[in-house]
Amino acid sequence: MATAHHADHPTGLSRWLFTTNHKDIGTLYLVFAFTMAVIGGLMSLVIRAELWQPGLQLVDPHFFNQMTTVHALVMIFGFAMPGFVGLANWQIPMMIGAPDMALPRMNNWSFWILPFAATLLILGLFMPGGGPSAGWTLYPPLSAQGGIGTDFTLLSIHLLGMSSILGSINIIATILNMRAPGMTLMKMPMFVWTWLITAFLLIAAMPVLAGAVTMLITDRHFGTSFFDAAGGGDPVLWQHVFWFFGHPEVYILVLPAFGVFSQIIPTFARKQLFGYDSMVYATASIAFLSFIVWAHHMYTVGMPMAGELFFMYATMLIAVPTGVKVFNWISTMWRGSMTFETPMLWAIGGVFTFTIGGLSGLMLAITPVDFQYHDTYFVVAHFHYVIFGASVFGLFAAVYYWMPKWTGHMYNETLGKWHFWLTMLGFTLTFFPQHFLGLAGMPRRIPDYALQFTEFNQWSTVGAFMTIAAQFIFFYLAIKCMKGGERATDKVWEAADGLEWTLSSPPPYHSFTVAPKFK
Amino acid sequence: MSITFFRRLSGIVSRLILGVSLWFTAPAAFAAYGLNFQKPVTPIGHKLLELHNLILIICVVIFVIVFGFMFYSIFAHRKSRGHKAAQFHENTTLEVVWTVIPFVILVSMALPSTATLIEMDDTSKSDLTVKITGYQWKWKYDYPDHDFGYFSSLSTPRDQIENKATKGEHYLLQVDNPIVLPVGKKVRLLVTANDVIHSWWVPQLGTKKDAIPGFINEIWTRIDEPGIYRGQCAELCGKDHGYMPIVVTAVSAEDFTKWVAAQKDKAAADSAGGAKTWSKDDLMEKGKKVYATTCAACHGANGEGVGPFPKMIGSKIANGPLADHMNIVMHGKAGTAMQAFAAQLSDTDLAAVVTFERNGFGNKAGDTVQPSQVKALRK
Repeated sequence: MATAHHADHPTGLSRWLFTTNHKDIGTLYLVFAFTMAVIGGLMSLVIRAELWQPGLQLVDPHFFNQMTTVHALVMIFGFAMPGFVGLANWQIPMMIGAPDMALPRMNNWSFWILPFAATLLILGLFMPGGGPSAGWTLYPPLSAQGGIGTDFTLLSIHLLGMSSILGSINIIATILNMRAPGMTLMKMPMFVWTWLITAFLLIAAMPVLAGAVTMLITDRHFGTSFFDAAGGGDPVLWQHVFWFFGHPEVYILVLPAFGVFSQIIPTFARKQLFGYDSMVYATASIAFLSFIVWAHHMYTVGMPMAGELFFMYATMLIAVPTGVKVFNWISTMWRGSMTFETPMLWAIGGVFTFTIGGLSGLMLAITPVDFQYHDTYFVVAHFHYVIFGASVFGLFAAVYYWMPKWTGHMYNETLGKWHFWLTMLGFTLTFFPQHFLGLAGMPRRIPDYALQFTEFNQWSTVGAFMTIAAQFIFFYLAIKCMKGGERATDKVWEAADGLEWTLSSPPPYHSFTVAPKFK
Repeated sequence: MSITFFRRLSGIVSRLILGVSLWFTAPAAFAAYGLNFQKPVTPIGHKLLELHNLILIICVVIFVIVFGFMFYSIFAHRKSRGHKAAQFHENTTLEVVWTVIPFVILVSMALPSTATLIEMDDTSKSDLTVKITGYQWKWKYDYPDHDFGYFSSLSTPRDQIENKATKGEHYLLQVDNPIVLPVGKKVRLLVTANDVIHSWWVPQLGTKKDAIPGFINEIWTRIDEPGIYRGQCAELCGKDHGYMPIVVTAVSAEDFTKWVAAQKDKAAADSAGGAKTWSKDDLMEKGKKVYATTCAACHGANGEGVGPFPKMIGSKIANGPLADHMNIVMHGKAGTAMQAFAAQLSDTDLAAVVTFERNGFGNKAGDTVQPSQVKALRK
């Protein structure tokens, strides 16, 4: 490895374009992710502003549908996934005692696909006929009706999928080959474990989505009828294939966040993780189960009884390993010596909101009552509690936890706490009332609604603007922390444990040029 | 696994929680807010509400216990209170317990759910069949037992949607022709779609089923009491997904028989209209109405077009050869939301609306179409 230690560091634009360094690429991923979060966040404000009151105020229904569709795609593929890949890039080599990722050039490529894919996705909105408007799930035959904007989206999904697969291969190769001597698999940090499992999920799930998207493209342009009943196809086939990808996808978004919680809670409870082995097994069980529950997204399509029962029972089973994880985190906190710095707040907040989302998920698993919940705001509330409540909270937790290591400066703790509490309040105000809206009968994906839903929608809109406003604190704080501030020690946190804390803050350009000793 | 077994089990469990669940169903203080399901009016609707309340309460109890521990810990085990970390970890007994207990809870939820699901699935021995077809963006109700059918579209005036008029009590939840069902009868509903996937949902009946082109799904309902029950399309189906409500009018068996007879008379009168020759003024007048209910959603109330949907004013097709115009209206345009209206509209309606499009909005094609010409084109 010593020979790879070249002194030549390009500066300016070419540093970022040609970089093969895991930290630079990690930074690129994170900057990209948060840029997309701003775009997706603005779209959510368009949605919430239109839903402030009944009637059509700001946008027409066709544009509203484009906003819900692109908001979801941007947040999932542009924000949450690249955000966690950014964390993986920064942290995995440092946590396993490696100098860099295993495949640095591919690392560069897997990042630089993203800005082009994102451009394609956003450009779709400006095409004649507008962007994709069939929802992020792109159900045909509706998605077959869209204009060229839909094709932009489909090609963008292909690119995003490629990037994810390349990134995953890199992560797997790094974790399996480059651990410090003595770090057996069952001694790896939990964040590394959850990413290893996530990377396998990505490699298994993304090609399935690519297959579905390809079939949709040929249906749209080359005269095939995979999803067209009139040509002998089956519109429900899309849903099966899509959700075979889609369900593992939600665990792709959430497992790395679980890893983050499992790093942070022991640090600030000053107590080791309660059950390391059971956490690993629970994560693996969740990953396995995620591949046999896909049809719980489609109970209302008219499946045979045997299918409905199988998917109900299998889905309910996920509650068991998920419960194991939550109980583990709480047992780790139990009789610890806790302090509540910003990363700990985000982690506890994440466990809290995720558990609410998990419990509503259990309710949604029950087939007969799902007939009432399906496609209502109850579902919207549920998945925002899971994806925002776990993934995004996990992402923020991680950024606060490792930011002093990355920049060499402590962030402003007061501002960090304001960011957390305002986001928590805004988030709750936005999404908690949506449970009630759904139960009372408000369908999702509508630009206008009956009068009885007005009050809770107004709560929700106020909450959404508050949530977005709170993020300005984060951007200010992050930029300030990059520029300067109180010097961070190498260990940063009193009880931090792991190889990354043995490096200087900020760490050297090539993390470990000599493999460290691992106890 | 007999149904009675599940039913008995679920009966016991649901009675146990009924007392508690009343608290959830009657929140007088929040009357305007609607915190839970709408009041059910079918046996299945009641079952679903009970089941929902049961699992909601289980979830709330789990939540309170789990976070009771967490918040106690956050309160008591903090460094600022001088608490020292106890370095325990891993306890096989505890880990087995917290794996087994959730599993047992899950089984207790799965049993009543399975019973209810089996009951919902049984569409046999029905007294009446109604076929429901989803269209962009309206519903069609066919009564195959009685040989008639009709479309049901949103009747909320455009002015209310555009905030130019005060919104009525049933804003967005009102239609021109509701589906009429008799109370106390088991009605089998066949659900399908003509273009894209829709979903027929009436919360108070406890029914939701996707309407999928090329497939026919079955559900059943038995409404307990006469009344008007409102629902909406639940599956995103394009631009006006939010504007295709469902209104069910439940009437007594006698009233239903009378209503069926009246519908048959109306159908006969409609087909008589197809035989006569219409004047241009009559065609224009009727065409204006058909345009408003069928075409205006996309092509604009004044022919101005909406978003990506083409306008009628100065349209090449409406000012071009009649044959092309008839073709696109009757057979649609593949790959777009422009449907084949031949199957949806009568000869008279088609003749009237095409005449209206060719002569309204300042278009100057000048010609008229008679129902008999449409009839000939159908062959």
